[in-house]
Amino acid sequence: MLDVFLFATLNGLVTGLLLFMLASGLTLIFSMMGVLNFAHASFYMLGAYFAYSISSYLGFWIGLLLAPVIVGILGALVERYGLRHVHRHGHVAELVFTFGLAFLIEELVQFFWGRDTKNYQQPDILDFPLFTLFGQEFSAYRGFMIFISVLIFIGLYYLLTRSRIGIIIQAAITHPHTVASLGHNVPLIFMGVFGVGSALAGVAGVIAGPVLTTFPGMAVVLGSIVFVIVVIGGLGSLAGAFIASLLIGLLQSYAIASDLGMQDLLALLGVSFERSHPLNDLWTLTLPQIAPILPFLLLVLVLIFRPTGLLGKREE
Amino acid sequence: MKNSLQTVLIRCLISISLVVISSSGLAQEPLRIAFIDPLSGSFASIGNNGLKQLQFAADYFYNSKGGILDGRRIEIVPLDNKQSPTETQLQFRRAVGEGIQIIFQGNSSAVANTLNSAIIRHNRRNPGQEVLQINYSAVDPVLTEENCSFWHFRFDAHVIMKLEVLTDYIAMNNDIKSVYIIGQDYSFGQAVSDNAIAMLKAKRPDIDIVGNEFHPIGQVKDFTPYVTKIVASGADAVITGNFGADMVSLARSIIDSGLKIPIYTFYAAYDGITATLGEDAKGLVYLVHNETSNPIPTEERKQFIRAFKAANPDNDVTQPRIINALRMVVEAIEDSGSTDPYDIALALEDRRHTTLSGEEVWMRGADHQIFQSLHISVHTNEGIEFDADNSGFGLYSEYHVPAEQTIRETSCRMSRPRR
Repeated sequence: MLDVFLFATLNGLVTGLLLFMLASGLTLIFSMMGVLNFAHASFYMLGAYFAYSISSYLGFWIGLLLAPVIVGILGALVERYGLRHVHRHGHVAELVFTFGLAFLIEELVQFFWGRDTKNYQQPDILDFPLFTLFGQEFSAYRGFMIFISVLIFIGLYYLLTRSRIGIIIQAAITHPHTVASLGHNVPLIFMGVFGVGSALAGVAGVIAGPVLTTFPGMAVVLGSIVFVIVVIGGLGSLAGAFIASLLIGLLQSYAIASDLGMQDLLALLGVSFERSHPLNDLWTLTLPQIAPILPFLLLVLVLIFRPTGLLGKREE
Repeated sequence: MKNSLQTVLIRCLISISLVVISSSGLAQEPLRIAFIDPLSGSFASIGNNGLKQLQFAADYFYNSKGGILDGRRIEIVPLDNKQSPTETQLQFRRAVGEGIQIIFQGNSSAVANTLNSAIIRHNRRNPGQEVLQINYSAVDPVLTEENCSFWHFRFDAHVIMKLEVLTDYIAMNNDIKSVYIIGQDYSFGQAVSDNAIAMLKAKRPDIDIVGNEFHPIGQVKDFTPYVTKIVASGADAVITGNFGADMVSLARSIIDSGLKIPIYTFYAAYDGITATLGEDAKGLVYLVHNETSNPIPTEERKQFIRAFKAANPDNDVTQPRIINALRMVVEAIEDSGSTDPYDIALALEDRRHTTLSGEEVWMRGADHQIFQSLHISVHTNEGIEFDADNSGFGLYSEYHVPAEQTIRETSCRMSRPRR
């Protein structure tokens, strides 16, 4: 039992940190510009596909370096020549714009790379078990994923709270006009933040691609869950996104690892049903069966009991 | 200047003559066949690949040789249902509106069941305008059991037939003492699990079922947590009915965890899956399917595959049953001399057909289920003449079960229309 618990924790950590890389960019963009970027997970997918193409010529590591840069530049261009124009027409227009962009990117990916799953593999150098516990291997690549994610969290945290750019960004969030009148180029800051946010999603794509498989549906699978994290963590809160990411990663992992189900609950209450009961499907439901939809359940609960999210500061 | 004027004139002449030719051909209208399957969305690659095979087979066997029934071309009309039963209803209406009377469909039993009931209703209400359902891949047994229909023909073995073969093969392996079953949480995944447990219990009572897990279809990002449980259970083998992205992710997670146990599957090949599994999965992933893979038994089928690859270098002939279905339907049309679905259906019943592999297959009249030999193949790069995904890896058929041994009783009570 201990081995399952231990590995469930590690798995949850890997998923959680990966989700954080996506959520951090999304929440940063939201807090700066008030834009809920529906295309965020599409940049994640682009990261994986660019890295796949680059790695087939120049190897994984060049892909890891180049792909996020390309995605970041693309993101910045989208902000400069797309969002900035749409921005004048209000938030609904922005929302619709990013929504459309997500579809567009998915179609483009299918157009250029095809609809098949891509054979994007982890580098050979990390293709060994980092350690073996209770007969289970923990791959070095997963360790590497944890390492990169933590590095990015620390870097981002330092950048936003300790550096001059971070101070300007934080000021631009709350007082964009004051920052502008102090001589800072606020549109440029916006463009930079959007670019960096997209690049972060790109990094997540590059390192997740080999593990979670690179296929045209990868953005859709992850897209909804990232929004759940940002809302649960509190819109615009980086720390909130971090906590929510880990929470959801671990929650799912533990739920899958557990063998509990409705039957245990019913047994506790001393009730039992025949197999022929019309609601048999409900009575035999197990926790692993519903694990992937638990985050959405959590989202509903958070929205009911704490609409601002865990660490959200948004006042109505 | 003069030159370009000449070209224009020539072009005009060509187009006029083309119009004349095509209008004189109007007397021979093409036979239109609808292909209703996912051409966009998560399962688009399977649908598009199937479409390419059907279109290519129609051109290769018939259109390039003067068509069928004295010169009628076969035209495949692709209709995208996004693998959703609702969209399928809409596309079915559209097909009917365009006067199409033959529908090919294969992906998802949920869709096949919807189409089945829609066609039964339509045909009852519109005598003379009936529609025929050619099911080349949906394997829910009910389609040829309780819900069997005169208008539905299945060209693939259903899940119980395939599982009989798979569990026979597992039962022969005495190293396997425990099995873990994991599948997508819907009718097909449940059918795989229920039947596998019952069959293994009968064939090898000593095998423990150490896990029976369901996960939401297309929702799991990372299968590692599931694999953790598989490892902890100490299973000697895994059985899964997963397909598409769920199949690749599951297999990759199992292999990445360092587990070296066989994975018995239905759909773990082609459409990028084989390439992604690659070297790590060599000798570990098994599939049950019809139409033997490497070695390909006949020169005729080899030629067909080579011709297909020449036209579609990025695709493979993943579903030979589509070709069998088309050829049997055309044979039925030629023999009955009619494109009326009622006549085609009668001609298809109890039809025996020799496939490209040189094997005789039989469409049973009682329930419209096809019977042909079934095979178990392994993912490998040894002895592979025709690989998948251009990866050097492919399927090598190791175990063969002749058609007679796959025949099962049917509970089908077909209501036959009277003419």
